[in-house]
Amino acid sequence: MNTFTPLASLLGGILIGLSAVALLLLNGRIAGISGITAGLLSFSDKAPDRGWRIAFIVGLVAAPLMLMLLSGDRPDISFVVPLPLTLLAGLLVGFGTVLGNGCTSGHGICGVARLSPRSIIATVVFMAAGIATTFVTQHLIAGG
Amino acid sequence: MSRILAGLIAGLLFGAGLSISGMINPAKVVGFLNIAGAWDPSLAFVMLGGVIVTAVGYGTVLRRSQPLFEPRFTLPTRRDIDPPLLLGAGLFGIGWGLGGYCPGPALAGIGFGHPETMAFVLSMLAGMVLARQNANFLAHLKWKAEGTV
Repeated sequence: MNTFTPLASLLGGILIGLSAVALLLLNGRIAGISGITAGLLSFSDKAPDRGWRIAFIVGLVAAPLMLMLLSGDRPDISFVVPLPLTLLAGLLVGFGTVLGNGCTSGHGICGVARLSPRSIIATVVFMAAGIATTFVTQHLIAGG
Repeated sequence: MSRILAGLIAGLLFGAGLSISGMINPAKVVGFLNIAGAWDPSLAFVMLGGVIVTAVGYGTVLRRSQPLFEPRFTLPTRRDIDPPLLLGAGLFGIGWGLGGYCPGPALAGIGFGHPETMAFVLSMLAGMVLARQNANFLAHLKWKAEGTV
């Protein structure tokens, strides 16, 4: 069903790495998407670094659209679970990444690259949980 | 202003990477995690490219005394493995495997207008707010051997 795309995926990974390096060099920050996003959600204190976080997310949303305009190809985006489960998934991802201080980018790329023990453990745990979950949804339930 | 521009540039690079790599597609992510099925190992290459470039680049950048637009680097310093880390990563992994979305690709996909993407993002933001509101309580989750839970 999915095509194996090692070169495109490697190139994408390299761009993500360049983004992480650029953000550290310029702003001295870790490119963790959950951290950047969650940092915008504190309404009580006046966060002085709101600007670059919003700009990062604007870029994150804009780039795939710009690529679509350049290439003329709409990226393939398809979903594997019905809407109620998508909502549950979102809740778990939001809650879990704030509780665990990071996601695939902050722990999986930046933290692993820094050889942070917390990030390495977190990455092993979320990969294992993800694999176990797809095993349940794709094999035990869907029977595929 | 320079810090905002830096954020924009980093966001554009990140979004381009997610789109080109195919990670913006939840079905592809699930195809990667589904190692017992028709396994698509592509996304291992995202991690490989990302980690190598970041490791080399960070090593170079951190030889500087400070970043270009800030007085100092803001880096995590904790090294302890505590229950919130494990519980959080576990819950995140379940959500990731269920929906095929982690935070970056979900946000990067907003522009394509799929209702599922919007639903996921709003739900994710709610989950983040919920965890932040309970941050004080959750931070006190301790190993049982340490006493107070």
